[in-house]
Amino acid sequence: MSNTTIASILLASILTNNMVLSKFLGICPFLGVSKKTNTAFSMSIAVILVMVVSTAVTWPIYNYILSPDYTYLQTIVFILVIAAIVQLIEIVLKRYIKPVYNALGIYLPLITTNCAVLGITMLNITDGLNFVQSLVNAFGAGLGFMLAMLLFSGVRERLETADIPPFLKGLPITLVSAALVSLSFLGFAGIGG
Amino acid sequence: MSNKYLGYFTNGLVKENPTLRLVLGTCPTLAVTTAAINGLGMGVSATVVLVCSNLAISLLRNIIPDRVRIPAFITIIAGFVSVVQMLVKAFLPSIDKSLGIFLPLIVVNCIILARAEMFASKNTVLPSVLDGLGMGIGFTAVLTLMGAIREFFGAGSLFSLPITAELIDPMVIFLLPPGGFFVFGMLVAISNAIAKKQGQKPAVHIGCANCPSRGICGKNSCDSAEEVAVNE
Repeated sequence: MSNTTIASILLASILTNNMVLSKFLGICPFLGVSKKTNTAFSMSIAVILVMVVSTAVTWPIYNYILSPDYTYLQTIVFILVIAAIVQLIEIVLKRYIKPVYNALGIYLPLITTNCAVLGITMLNITDGLNFVQSLVNAFGAGLGFMLAMLLFSGVRERLETADIPPFLKGLPITLVSAALVSLSFLGFAGIGG
Repeated sequence: MSNKYLGYFTNGLVKENPTLRLVLGTCPTLAVTTAAINGLGMGVSATVVLVCSNLAISLLRNIIPDRVRIPAFITIIAGFVSVVQMLVKAFLPSIDKSLGIFLPLIVVNCIILARAEMFASKNTVLPSVLDGLGMGIGFTAVLTLMGAIREFFGAGSLFSLPITAELIDPMVIFLLPPGGFFVFGMLVAISNAIAKKQGQKPAVHIGCANCPSRGICGKNSCDSAEEVAVNE
């Protein structure tokens, strides 16, 4: 496998196929935890970590255990494996890397039911990527999530002081600004591919 | 059917509409509503899972130990999702194709876990089923409406029947991701305006109070995270 494929998978997963803004995965944390830039940053780091580790575990499970006879068990096996992994990461961080746990710990439980993580592990399988490509794709998707979260938290900090028509106040204006941020990402169409 | 039971059913239709009032399940709402039929397909699949999982969980609510209830709920939900997924794949392959991974992702749809945690684990069978049905129909209605709006403006058709496609160039942007965010924002604005007239609060994005994951973390993670951020 050449370096160009790796690079193009990475670019595509960060920009063109951005997790949040073009695939609509992980909208809940995108809208819920993006009010402040530093919370958005910690949450994204936790997501990247869980995504890469989950992919590293679910890919071999699918390809060596479930495939080809038990593929219908994919959904149920993946969600349970991800839930277990998140628990495990939490325990390991708490025991060995306390500062990281203090920074990320509170986000980990929320990630279990985050569709971005289950989504990316499933997309890796449906897109037929190999093990290394899957890891790169998961890492890139996590970075893309982080990029969207950071950009959007900046927008939201500005929105706090903006003069907004009353009927759009709150959630509606957040969604309309998300539409504009997502519009800007359409400009990346064609990169990586 | 007495009024009490009717109340369980209608609750999810308007007053606590899962999409517009509780703002749960935003991912599929935005992702699959590029056509009315997709919204309908997604809504019906989620409704079936919701009713079945509410039924199973309310039956098992006294057997499942409290400490492991969330993993147990997720397993039950994942089981029903797999069943629905296989049925759709077998009988409606075109819907399966357009919903893509969002069909299996019903597992992590906040609405289903939220209703399991907040309603079915505390109520008997009939109210839980009615609650699931009401919530599911409320979800389906909004998804179909949003799909219809985006399809009408973006492709000039409704349920694949051409309406204005010949007369006006359709605005494709409505089918693209920005259109999804925009249309959803407008729908929430309209529903907020109606709610305001009836003296209710505008919808806020979940927050810890009605977050389905609260049972797992139990620490008001997001709210306290926001506080930490403020204090720093």
